Amino acid sequence: MLHSLAYIPGFALAGFVIVLLVGSRLGDPKAGWVATLAIAGSFVCSVLTFSGLMGRTSTGRSYVETLFTWIPVGSLHVTVSLLADPLSITMALFVTGVSTLIHLYAIGYMKRDRDFSKFFLYFNLFVFSMLMLVLSDNFVLTFLGWEGVGACSYFLISYFFERPSAATAGKFAFIVNRIGDFGFLMAMFLLFDHTRTLSYQGVFSKTAPPSCPSGPGGTLGHCVAQLSSGTLEAVCLLLFLGAVGKSAQLPLSLWLADAMEGPTPVSALIHAATMVTAGVYLMARVSPLLHLAPVASWVIAIVGVTTAFVAATIGTSQDDIKKVLAYSTVSQLGYMMLGVGSGAYVAAIFLMVTHAFYKALLFLGSGSVIHAMGDEQDIKKMGGLRRYMPITSVTFIIGWLSIAGVPPFSGFWSKGDVLDGAYTKSPILWAVGAVTAILTAYYMGREVYLVFFGEPRFKEVALNHGGDASTGHGHGGEPHEPTWHMWVPLVVLAFLAVVAGLLNLPFTSGLGYLEHWLTPVFGTTHLALSTSAKWLLAGSDAVLALAGVAIAWSIWRRAWDRPELEPNFLRSSWGLYKVYEYLVSKPAQAFANFAQATVETRIIDGTVNATGGLVAWTGLRLRKLQSGYVRNYALAIALGMAGVLIYLVVRAG
Amino acid sequence: MTLSLLGTSTIAVPHIDYSAIGPELVMIVGALVLLTVAALVGKNLARRFSTLFTVLVGVVSLLASLKIWFNVTGAHHVAFSAVDGAVVDDGFSAVILMLVSIAVIFVGASSEGYLSGQSIRSPEFSVLMMLSASGAMLMGSANDLIVMFLGLEIMSIALYVLAGSDLRKNKSGEAALKYFILGGFSSAIFLYGIALVYGSTGSTNLAGIAQFLATTLIIHQGVLLAGLGLMIVGFAFKVGLVPFHTWAPDVYQGSPTPATSFMAAVAKAGGFAGFLRVVFSTMGTLKLDWEPIIWVLAVITLVVGSIMAIVQRDIKRMLAYSSISHAGFILVGLVAATASGIAGSLYYLFAYLFMVVGSFTIVGAIGGSDDLEDYRGLIYTRPFLATGLGVLLLAQSGIPFTTGFWAKFEVVSAAVDAHSYAIALIAMVSAVIGAFFYLRVVVFMVTAKTKAQVSDSVGEEQDVSVGAQLVPSSGVEGGLVGGGPEYGGDPTYSLAVPSESGRSDEVDTDLDDSGVPERIPVGFGVGLVVSLCVGFTVLFGLWASPIVDLATKAKLVP
Repeated sequence: MLHSLAYIPGFALAGFVIVLLVGSRLGDPKAGWVATLAIAGSFVCSVLTFSGLMGRTSTGRSYVETLFTWIPVGSLHVTVSLLADPLSITMALFVTGVSTLIHLYAIGYMKRDRDFSKFFLYFNLFVFSMLMLVLSDNFVLTFLGWEGVGACSYFLISYFFERPSAATAGKFAFIVNRIGDFGFLMAMFLLFDHTRTLSYQGVFSKTAPPSCPSGPGGTLGHCVAQLSSGTLEAVCLLLFLGAVGKSAQLPLSLWLADAMEGPTPVSALIHAATMVTAGVYLMARVSPLLHLAPVASWVIAIVGVTTAFVAATIGTSQDDIKKVLAYSTVSQLGYMMLGVGSGAYVAAIFLMVTHAFYKALLFLGSGSVIHAMGDEQDIKKMGGLRRYMPITSVTFIIGWLSIAGVPPFSGFWSKGDVLDGAYTKSPILWAVGAVTAILTAYYMGREVYLVFFGEPRFKEVALNHGGDASTGHGHGGEPHEPTWHMWVPLVVLAFLAVVAGLLNLPFTSGLGYLEHWLTPVFGTTHLALSTSAKWLLAGSDAVLALAGVAIAWSIWRRAWDRPELEPNFLRSSWGLYKVYEYLVSKPAQAFANFAQATVETRIIDGTVNATGGLVAWTGLRLRKLQSGYVRNYALAIALGMAGVLIYLVVRAG
Repeated sequence: MTLSLLGTSTIAVPHIDYSAIGPELVMIVGALVLLTVAALVGKNLARRFSTLFTVLVGVVSLLASLKIWFNVTGAHHVAFSAVDGAVVDDGFSAVILMLVSIAVIFVGASSEGYLSGQSIRSPEFSVLMMLSASGAMLMGSANDLIVMFLGLEIMSIALYVLAGSDLRKNKSGEAALKYFILGGFSSAIFLYGIALVYGSTGSTNLAGIAQFLATTLIIHQGVLLAGLGLMIVGFAFKVGLVPFHTWAPDVYQGSPTPATSFMAAVAKAGGFAGFLRVVFSTMGTLKLDWEPIIWVLAVITLVVGSIMAIVQRDIKRMLAYSSISHAGFILVGLVAATASGIAGSLYYLFAYLFMVVGSFTIVGAIGGSDDLEDYRGLIYTRPFLATGLGVLLLAQSGIPFTTGFWAKFEVVSAAVDAHSYAIALIAMVSAVIGAFFYLRVVVFMVTAKTKAQVSDSVGEEQDVSVGAQLVPSSGVEGGLVGGGPEYGGDPTYSLAVPSESGRSDEVDTDLDDSGVPERIPVGFGVGLVVSLCVGFTVLFGLWASPIVDLATKAKLVP
């Protein structure tokens, strides 16, 4: 069953090709169904591969399938080969599973869109790229997927490209990600320079002699690293630069907020559940390197927790229903990085999976709300929607409680694990994470109360603005639940958001399924925590979550306009946009103006025109020689022959 | 005494291993059978029969070539010479045999529509094609200078007639006459070279010459080197190296397009096969003598080919210069004069065949006056052909993810490995110049004065629209076009996208008549061949290793 491995990306690719070739002919909704079924096929293959791995003993759960040699250049041999191990299959399972649901949702959401099939074209290409990213067994193929998801992200953020803000947001995301890609590339060059290989196994074997058990912990400390520690630190930091770009960590976070210009299913799939977690995945993938790089680990932990905190504070003051979720995503990604930096890789992956469920749920729920409100996204202009949209509101509240970390929802368990890991690294990291946890419960509570509770404010809005709500989508009248394509995924994701905690319960070691499953990849991690400390931490997590919920309840239950709680400093994202503008944008603009005025016109155009002119002049002169007369041609041959002969005769002496 | 004299004067027929010359025999027999059938049936013989028969012969010959390939590269790895040392079957010759067979199949399958359109109904076109192919094959596997000359002549004479096969057009006859006169001239030079080499080494057998050169120290090399030089001139004429290229533009332009396509592919394959074998393998010991000549020929061919292509207005002439420039690239592999250089040249020939046959097939299918101006806006009227031509031209310019890229990469990296940095640099610069004229055609095809209207009215029905949307920013085209007219700054001759209002108006009215531009159907044979050529170019551009391995395995017998 392991042989279904290649079919995981294969189905997605097939879906892409079919939609590419006949998508516009299939139209709405058939193209969407083809795309959805393709991804469902990928999911089935992931399950088959998963069961194939389950059939092996835990040490043998690594399977490489080499499809073909891709780049044979000198000593660099890059193969297109896929790796099935517990980590990659975990990723593949949740990526394909969540993607299938969001594809289904998008059939309803994108209904009557002008470029319906194009949307699914990009969507399938995205899933294919994402699967290549996670299933690759070498850095180069991962980078290919990395760039592929980046490109799809760009296409889909700018999907409504007639809107200047969408086009700009796409470019913003693309450029910011280039900074991260620079780090990724440099890391690859450095690794290849030192190890002469770019496959994960090859690189990892250069960190420890084969006799040493791989993975953190255990006896690894006694092994002599073949890569110098300086190189390892540099590689890890450069890879982390890539992860900072892709996973929107500080200071490269803002593109993710702007990325909300894309259609909501895009936000749910790419900018919440899957692509943005690629950075976390990459760091987890190179955990054998990271484990030997303490400085890089500290940097990752600090950047992660700072990102989590800053993004959460910004989230408390946003009015756009999707921007709140965007900053929440940034914040949660910060938590994941905190887990990675603290060495709690399993916790990071656990949080990634549960986050995929509840954040996709929240985004899809917000999409459902936006749909019902006729494309209105301002939460100040909503309110009381629970009466009109029972399914959406119940599932959205489940998502809220889950992300807030209220027991027994899944977020409680996964975030708890990350905070435990942070505590063992440093109590200060834990303290910042704990404050962020209160903020998380609070800002999501604010959104829930403003959208679903209180008095409906959209009727006034509708009156003031010429009936936005009633004209939206031509239904007229009151907001209502969407079609089944859209609410079925909500229900499934809500169910998963509730129960996903079962994956890794902390009570006894036998219940930590995910922990056991990932042991071959990460090694056994022993948290230096006593049982009582664990209980204490868990208890405080629960208290903090409930405290956040309570604060949100007490403030936003009735009120909807409290400007003193939404300071401009936070509304404007800590002034980061200004920082970008003065630090990067303005100098770059000035330089570009200079380049255009001087370098471009004088130097480049001058050189190009001179070269072109010279070439054209030569060509026109030479053309005269091509007279059309055979006698002239024969003369050319004779002269050429004479030249050859004279040379040879002189040479022969 | 008398008896013994009689005995020695009996002609000793050598043992003939027919399977060793299988592909050649298939071609010759195929040509004779078709000729006989045509003579018996007379004018009623359907053009379609000739087409199918030619393709069939090509396929059988390809299979025979593959059999030889597996014989010489299989588990035993034995290259062998046959027919008393007159021909040699090694990996290199097997690849040439395959290439020529493929050219016959492709040109055979795609030429029907064009030939019928030009009222060339008789089967002689197919017959001559097969005969010419057998000559090229013989050049590829010749192990004797006389056999090689025989192959050269069989190939060339058939090509002269093919060039003139469009009897109703003066240009075609002119092309044939020019090609014939200059070809005769160069054949004589080549033959004289053979005579001089024979005079100084005492053998016409390639293995014998190599043996002689390896074991004998020649004090006065003049005659030998002169012979080598004259042979190089002969080969250089056939493959179109500057300054022996002058025939190529006129002949390529004047010949019926399928003949051009066949000539470009087969004459290059056969010519280079002999060239590489004689110069690199047989005369390898004289490397220090011939390398400077090859170097100079390669450099002027690269530069002149690219520069002259830029100033062409006729697509067939432009492709002729582009194929001259390709010949320069193939020669770069010989300048490196290493095994990997030869493998690079062979890979280049392989990639070149698909690109050039595909390009000329499309040019033939588009028809018209072959003026570049006629290609304006082609993507809207003939999306399939325009897309195919676009891909093949980009491949010829060496865009990554195509075989064209790997071809240039292989020869240039072989030159760099052999420390011939200067020529590697010149080759790359000429590739840059080349990119200009390939891209210019692409720009022509995607622009029309009425572009905005066309894209609105055609919209989603176009096959290519999806591909175009993959790149959301369409600013690139606009930039190229906008920047065009200032380029070069020559008021009398504008290099990029000259806009003559009369022409553009034609496009205008074409579109307005029907609302949606008419899409002319593409014949099955043309569609198939174009798809195969484009598919090969892109597939093996993405997945380079099989053909690279094939070229590396195809060694010349030492």
